[in-house]
Amino acid sequence: MYRYDEFDHKLVADRVEQFRGQVARRMDGSLSEDAFKPLRLMNGVYLQLHAYMLRVAIPYGTLSSKQMRMLAHIARKYDRGYGHFTTRQNIQYNWPALKDIPDLLDELAGVEMHAIQTSGNCIRNVTSDQYAGAIDGEVEDPRIISEIIRQWSTFHPEFSYLPRKFKIAVTGHENDRAAIKLHDIGIVIAQNQAGETGYEVHVGGGQGRTPFIAKKLADFVPAAQLLAYLEAVMRVYNMLGRRDNSYKARIKILVHETGEEEMRRLVEAEFAKIDASQMLSLPQAELERIAAYFAPPAFAELPATSDKFEAARAEDAAFAHWVKTNVVAHKQPGYAIVNISLKPIGGVPGDASDTQIDCVADIAEQYSFDELRVTHEQNLTLPHVRLDDVKAVYDALAAHDLATPNLGLISDAIACPGLDYCNLANARSIPLAQDISTRFADLDRQYDIGELKVKISGCINACGHHHVGHIGILGVDKKGTEFYQISLGGAADETASLGDITGRAFTEDTIVDAVEILVETYLDQRQTGERFIDTYRRVGMAPFKERLYAE
Amino acid sequence: MAQHSAKGAQFQAVTGNRLVDGEVVYFTASGAWAEAFDAAAIAEGGEAADALLAQASPADIEAHVLDPYLFEVIALDDGSYLPASVRETIRAKGPTIRPDLGKQAAQESA
Repeated sequence: MYRYDEFDHKLVADRVEQFRGQVARRMDGSLSEDAFKPLRLMNGVYLQLHAYMLRVAIPYGTLSSKQMRMLAHIARKYDRGYGHFTTRQNIQYNWPALKDIPDLLDELAGVEMHAIQTSGNCIRNVTSDQYAGAIDGEVEDPRIISEIIRQWSTFHPEFSYLPRKFKIAVTGHENDRAAIKLHDIGIVIAQNQAGETGYEVHVGGGQGRTPFIAKKLADFVPAAQLLAYLEAVMRVYNMLGRRDNSYKARIKILVHETGEEEMRRLVEAEFAKIDASQMLSLPQAELERIAAYFAPPAFAELPATSDKFEAARAEDAAFAHWVKTNVVAHKQPGYAIVNISLKPIGGVPGDASDTQIDCVADIAEQYSFDELRVTHEQNLTLPHVRLDDVKAVYDALAAHDLATPNLGLISDAIACPGLDYCNLANARSIPLAQDISTRFADLDRQYDIGELKVKISGCINACGHHHVGHIGILGVDKKGTEFYQISLGGAADETASLGDITGRAFTEDTIVDAVEILVETYLDQRQTGERFIDTYRRVGMAPFKERLYAE
Repeated sequence: MAQHSAKGAQFQAVTGNRLVDGEVVYFTASGAWAEAFDAAAIAEGGEAADALLAQASPADIEAHVLDPYLFEVIALDDGSYLPASVRETIRAKGPTIRPDLGKQAAQESA
């Protein structure tokens, strides 16, 4: 894992003290709310329905046990005993008092974490693949370039006042688990025919009010030129992105209105202006220093299979089910990737109590080289667990209600905080996720349905990724009452697509029935081996719509 | 600021969030701010509502309460009032998914 150097430490410590002064001046009335609001947002502090909300960055979703324990400590000391893991691999606290936040941030800085650039019109936390460094077939660990981008984009003076927020995601694997095509910039680590590593750069993806799949602007940017290329993209956006209308200010609108070809030409022209001799690129020694932090841990030489693991699987059916859904093959023989679902049946997607967070920290320390990950689907991952230890990990997780065997199934829904917490929301989203998972609680039924990504947003800003759900649900407000609109056929992976709206919206009382009708329609229509999304792509909207709106 | 009252709403109250901790507060008839919705002053008619909001928003308001605004309430037969929208109902009580949190938790244990 990356460790702060003296500059990182000073940067974060200085910011905490600066914010402490700003909060004190706000409290004593010498700063107005208008003056203070942008300052608090720059430190990840929002005002929500019931209280302030603090969003803490988890760079590319990687955490150590020590950091995880601090997240639990903060939940206990400054919040109400829990945290909420988000679709951007961050954690949010829903109840901190403004007066306490400087102390909170000070404690957080003690474990090399912060809330800088988790809000505002700047480059936000860089997100990545939760299986980084653990999955077979990776071109390169995506966290190396993610960390370089993090350092480059932190307090970058030229990009601290963008037309709108800016999100970058990176994958090093052909299977995209980071939704890179739904980001302002999505980066795929690639190799050219000479075997050199470089980057495929996608620009202008995003969700919200006007969703777009990113356009691939470059097939292969050589490694040494990536930061300069990103700089060129940012410059074009900074110059031409709209500042007159916040709904049209994201780079996706610029790419859409400019056109892919012209956008590519503009970026290349800007890139050509950068003097090659002064091009920002990392010295080899610095590159190696950062890469070394992400070197594989000291794996033991183990056989590819484990008798202990196989015996436990044969003896314990519940364990076997959990392995089937939540455990993924590791690149290193004798190891496994273990996913921890934060979607218990009837639970709140992404919420974890302080004791659960501590429990996962302990398990990561004992069994996963002191490392864990947060996924954009609001779950956690233990990246490097010995097959011999998987049963012990399972037992420890199960003792804390953390062994729900539902990864990728219908009850593993993404949901934004919605109107239960969020000041922007039009409707609640969490109760829907709870009702759907309760309706489909039966595991045999879930296994029969297979992979089905349900994604629920409480407003058009789409934090719950509804545009890219196999079944997407959007909450809307009609005269103070909640309604829910359904879309079908979205996907966030390498086959990214945007869902199609089925038609008129449903009430809170009828939305779960509607989801069940869609599932039944799929089961009737599917051919052997087809997932929901495959069937939808083959048969289209008509059969679903027909059943959904049948009188 | 979004609109929190229907056009021509008969009854309205004023709410905001407390600066120090973000707690939802309501403007009361005695000119103070209270945490409980039941303590909110209710204005009948548009003019009274505007006057109530003006009273709740003096120049030094920023010292303790953020962004006061009017929201619609409905009168019940027993003479009490309830927030009209789901949003304001949730603000007055707490998250619907966590009855142990927010104002509803205190009301429950009281």
